[in-house]
Amino acid sequence: MPLLNVNNLRVDLPVEAGMLHAVRGIDFHVERGEMLCLVGESGCGKSMTSLALMGLLPRKARLSADRLEFDGTDLTTLSERRRSDLRGARMAMIFQEPMTALNPAYTLGNQLCEGLIRHRGVSRREARERAIYLLGRVGISAAKDRLDQYPHQLSGGLRQRVMIAMALMCEPDLIIADEPTTALDVTIQAQILRLLRELQREFGTAVIFITHDLGVVARIADRVAVMYAGEVIESAPTPALYAAPGHPYTRGLLSCIPTPGRTPPGSRLQAIPGVVPSLVGDVEGCAFRNRCPQAQPTCERTPPLMSLPGDHRARCHYADRPVPAPRQPETMS
Amino acid sequence: MNAHSTTGVADSRPSRTMPSASMSPRTSRSPTPALELCGLSKTFTLGGGLFRRGRALGAVSDVSLRIPRGQVMGLVGESGCGKSTLAKMLLGLTTPSEGDVLVDGRPLRGASQKALARRIQPIFQDPYSSLNPRKRIAQIVGLPLQVHGIGTSREQAARVAETLDVVGLPRRAADQFPGQLSGGQRQRVAIARALIMRPDIVICDEPTSALDVSVQAQILNLLLDLKAEFGLTYLFISHDLAVVEHLVDRVAVMYLGRIVEEGTREQIFAAPRHPYTRALLDSALTPEPGLGVPDIGLGDTMPDPSDPPAGCAFHPRCPKAQAICRQQRPRLEAFRDDSTRVACHLA
Ligand SMILES: Nc1ncnc2c1ncn2[C@@H]1O[C@H](COP(=O)(O)OP(=O)(O)OP(=O)(O)O)[C@@H](O)[C@H]1O
Ligand SMILES: Nc1ncnc2c1ncn2[C@@H]1O[C@H](COP(=O)(O)OP(=O)(O)O)[C@@H](O)[C@H]1O
Ligand code: SF4
Ligand code: SF4
Ligand SMILES: [Mg+2]
Ligand SMILES: [Mg+2]
Repeated sequence: MPLLNVNNLRVDLPVEAGMLHAVRGIDFHVERGEMLCLVGESGCGKSMTSLALMGLLPRKARLSADRLEFDGTDLTTLSERRRSDLRGARMAMIFQEPMTALNPAYTLGNQLCEGLIRHRGVSRREARERAIYLLGRVGISAAKDRLDQYPHQLSGGLRQRVMIAMALMCEPDLIIADEPTTALDVTIQAQILRLLRELQREFGTAVIFITHDLGVVARIADRVAVMYAGEVIESAPTPALYAAPGHPYTRGLLSCIPTPGRTPPGSRLQAIPGVVPSLVGDVEGCAFRNRCPQAQPTCERTPPLMSLPGDHRARCHYADRPVPAPRQPETMS
Repeated sequence: MNAHSTTGVADSRPSRTMPSASMSPRTSRSPTPALELCGLSKTFTLGGGLFRRGRALGAVSDVSLRIPRGQVMGLVGESGCGKSTLAKMLLGLTTPSEGDVLVDGRPLRGASQKALARRIQPIFQDPYSSLNPRKRIAQIVGLPLQVHGIGTSREQAARVAETLDVVGLPRRAADQFPGQLSGGQRQRVAIARALIMRPDIVICDEPTSALDVSVQAQILNLLLDLKAEFGLTYLFISHDLAVVEHLVDRVAVMYLGRIVEEGTREQIFAAPRHPYTRALLDSALTPEPGLGVPDIGLGDTMPDPSDPPAGCAFHPRCPKAQAICRQQRPRLEAFRDDSTRVACHLA
């Protein structure tokens, strides 16, 4: 049984113009100890998905799901109190901007230890010992002195390390990390990603890692789910996704980033024309239709999730067969 | 459509084919570069008070660079290393504490705002905050013409329409507000606003960092087209090394306010000589599954720019640091041939 099982998750937000369907019926699962990357462009619903899983959606948001199960527990019917316990003890979140999660008025020691004391009932001394151990593990020197420091006394990279240590304090089964390295320099990002991957393996923690960066995904994910306009349009084990992307959007994303060796310097990049459709109101047919280089009349009907060999799925009418292309004798690759 | 074709707007810019007045301090070497930075420094004073002397922060220290006409110079380095401060000095938005900027061999110091605006224009990172939300696109793009009193209002309107074409915006965008456009379209507006003065040098400070990759590709294509069409010279600041490799002819790598390595694209990407350049390249995560995340071997003791480490400022993080690195600052020196410079004792 997967650790997390999500079926037909929807998140709707009432906005001035009507109902915004931020997450439009997504399915995915996370196995124990695996790193699943949720990747997509801004506004595709990544953060709303993570907040839905954590039970931290904005008050006005409406959530529905056929199934939202964490380790066999139905999250949709859980009381707010039990939800909060679960959040502290078994699911943890790392945000893009650590200062949104760190309280500037409390020392790092207080913030690191609080959850463990509350959820696990350990003594303050034991909690401090674990905090010192974990700060050391995430590469923070003089960990003991750091406990008395305040968040603003640390650099961005150090704060994100503290967030990782904090997420690990209660040994959760699942960590959701929403763009945790997007605001950091590349050298710091590389160090944080390496660390996260190492700890994830060591502690057997499952991680949902949210990013818009396909370079990061390639290097850390076990499996990938690609989101577009509130839907998961493709999911696959990482090597398969890069070797044989099944959805035209995924193919487009992969070919529009300059890649040394593949795109000669100064050459034209393959861009995806057009813009994402509005998520206010219903989306008819395939959401990618207005930008898809191989759209067909069929695409006015909502495409099913097609299965490809090897735990690989793509939401496209033509994921498993060539498009009929009367004007072009060759099929598009 | 050519933004440089005449629409009746007077253009007193010196013609490109005319040799510039020989005010260049360099008479030897290659022809006068479009843009030359000579020992450029900027020092900010932090937290000074009535009875306290503020601390000095050297945001940019002794930067010398030459950008030949029609070339793209990439500028890379970590957050806070001084890239934007350097850009602002080139645009006349910040006064250098020391050193000079030469445009076609002529010092920028003392040039009028109008003269400057006709030579150098910026494109900034954030297409959301850099456009006035209450002005229509036509007003935003045409503003520089108004400010500098160039052309009649009919001529201005014609040039706005022409420039919108050049950057690939539909004519109807002219009457819209920034909020009605997508991020990519807004960045096209920012590019149109920069091009309307027909500059020959464009300073691009992270022009695609706020954009999604699918839109980034459109903007990078546009920047390359414009360069080819109008012979533009770019200083291109970015933290995305793949984008830099795609776009530039030369690269300058900055660390704590100083250039630590500068050379051709081929040399920097194929054979970086400075340990910091190597670390930057190693940190660039290309979409190649199975490679994992490399151990780049840098500590993350990020230096305090107002109290930079003695000797080589990179030494606390450098995997190769020696005793000499803690005492002596390495000079940026030409390496073998004249085309590459590096500041490292061990290079
Ligand atoms: N007006 C100012 N007053 C004081 N210090 C400043 C000022 N502007 C910049 N600095 C400091 O100068 C240094 C260089 O800043 P700059 O904005 O040029 O960096 P950058 O390389 O553009 O960084 P980023 O990649 O984050 O844009 C930093 O330490 C910054 O804090
Ligand atoms: N508080 C909110 N109120 C209304 N709409 C929102 C709110 N937060 C996000 N949205 C909208 O929901 C959609 C998905 O947003 P989000 O999950 O934050 O995207 P991502 O994290 O993938 O960039 C977007 O269209 C966004 O504009
Ligand atoms: S369903 Fe049609 S429009 Fe949608 S991605 Fe597939 S081919 Fe393109
Ligand atoms: S001078 Fe020394 S510390 Fe500086 S980069 Fe070279 S080896 Fe490293
Ligand atoms: Mg988000
Ligand atoms: Mg900057």
